[in-house]
Amino acid sequence: MSKANVTPSLKTARGLGSAKEGTDHWWMQRLSAVALMVLAPLMMVLVITLIGEDYATAAAKIGSPFWGGVAFLFICASFYHAHLGLQVVIEDYIGNHAARLATIIAVRGGLIVLGLIAGLSVLRLMLA
Amino acid sequence: MTEQKTSVQRPLSPHLQVYRLPLLPLMSISHRVTGVGLAFGTLVLAWWLAALATGPGAYAIFSAFMMPLGGLALLGWMIAIAFHFCNGIRHLVWDTGHALELESAEKAGYFVLAGWLILSAVLVALAAFFWAT
Repeated sequence: MSKANVTPSLKTARGLGSAKEGTDHWWMQRLSAVALMVLAPLMMVLVITLIGEDYATAAAKIGSPFWGGVAFLFICASFYHAHLGLQVVIEDYIGNHAARLATIIAVRGGLIVLGLIAGLSVLRLMLA
Repeated sequence: MTEQKTSVQRPLSPHLQVYRLPLLPLMSISHRVTGVGLAFGTLVLAWWLAALATGPGAYAIFSAFMMPLGGLALLGWMIAIAFHFCNGIRHLVWDTGHALELESAEKAGYFVLAGWLILSAVLVALAAFFWAT
């Protein structure tokens, strides 16, 4: 399915709809899901093989080009996917508009901070 | 024409104490619950990587947390990610317009449950193996 097929013609006719972003949210959630279909199993292998290993082994493995790349890409895709998914859950269950917006912003901020911590940690191990 | 029925067959509202959610809504809710749970799991993921980037001292603190408590959380994380992964594939299939009928959606649901159980078993077994060695 190409992106053109899921873009409603009204979007072209009237701009981007009430959310002002068209079908991007839906589409990016699917794209990140497809990326995670590849990255999540690799990340599981990385995590499981490091269970019970000492500091030097774990740091060296995540610092390696392949596994560091896997971890970094998994972080990018999973934090983005989590942000999109949590936003939908918040929009479904929080009716009050101010509380809804505040929660979405807080969750987005939290995920950006956590994602940066995780991603930069991986980069630091790779560049060490 | 004037004949009146004494017992009209009306639909009964779900009796909440004995109502059991059908498979499809139950799995839909589980997809959300596991998704939110996995999002909270990113806290531990970030802590793990930050501890590795910080040094052996920080990693020792993290490892101490992981030994009794975090290990169980890791098992839960693997079982949750296995479900979200398998059911997520069904969602992507739905998005292509397939398996949207009640019967085919339920059939796909059983495939998802089977895949989830197998994947969970494999992950837990691998985790136990690497933990033991």
